[in-house]
Amino acid sequence: MINAEELSSLRGDHPLDEVSKVAEKKNWAKDGEPISRNYVQQPPLIPHKIKGYQINLKFNKCLSCHSWKKYRESGATKISQTHFKDRDGNDLAEVSARRYFCTQCHVPQANAKPLVENTFKPVDAVKN
Amino acid sequence: MTLGKKIFSGTLITGFILGIIFWGGFNWTLELTNSLSFCTSCHEMRDNVYPEYQNTVHYSNRTGVRAECPDCHVPREWIHKIIRKVEASRELYHKVVGTIDTPEKFEQYRLTMALSEWKRMKSVDSRECRNCHDYESMDFVDQGRRAVKAHSTGLDEGKTCIDCHKGIAHQLPKGWEEAAAKAGL
Repeated sequence: MINAEELSSLRGDHPLDEVSKVAEKKNWAKDGEPISRNYVQQPPLIPHKIKGYQINLKFNKCLSCHSWKKYRESGATKISQTHFKDRDGNDLAEVSARRYFCTQCHVPQANAKPLVENTFKPVDAVKN
Repeated sequence: MTLGKKIFSGTLITGFILGIIFWGGFNWTLELTNSLSFCTSCHEMRDNVYPEYQNTVHYSNRTGVRAECPDCHVPREWIHKIIRKVEASRELYHKVVGTIDTPEKFEQYRLTMALSEWKRMKSVDSRECRNCHDYESMDFVDQGRRAVKAHSTGLDEGKTCIDCHKGIAHQLPKGWEEAAAKAGL
């Protein structure tokens, strides 16, 4: 016979006949100031909620503030010029299809602790 | 009491009762057509706009207050409601001829329908939004930095809710920005 105390599974060390601990719910960070980058060429993090933002073939909600046309009026960071190049380095008149889906690289933040310890530090010369 | 008086008071009482029945019945029936379940009883609404709306804050949120189809699309005051309901009777014709009976057709008409609804909302200063959202009761201190900026300047510029809050309950069609700008919306 195996005692519940001796066995640890994905469920943790909770006995089978007891209700397991409810996972702590993480909340998206509220609107804040821009978050500084941790290293050169890091895609900037999104310092606000993006729940319900439409990013599909028909419309990109992010660009309604972050586009070159709108960023002054909205006070948002403008989309980088690098996003107007295709993979061969040709300049395009519109945001490149490969850079169109913002949340592939740019992500909002939650109050979650990093799963793995990380001691990475950027070199001083390219720190911002 | 003379016979004449009896007939008069009899007619009066009958008329009163019939009035209650007919008027009440009319209003009751009207209200039946003013619900989420009625709106989504046709596949045009149930398969296209309804699933989109289910992902938005007006369907599901922190406090559990829900704004359903008629809360935004049908005016609350009786006279405006009746006018809107009469206008909407043309939807019965389009239901019969199947103007938007496939997802492709719906998509084709989405911009036209969106523009028409934005126009209606702008023309009444976003009246239906304001049934719940009142500038006077907004606490800017509790709003995020982006919202504060937009709302405090929006007030001064005489903007109305729908000027900025388009596509909050349904998906936006391709090219809507240009079309809306052209229509002055």
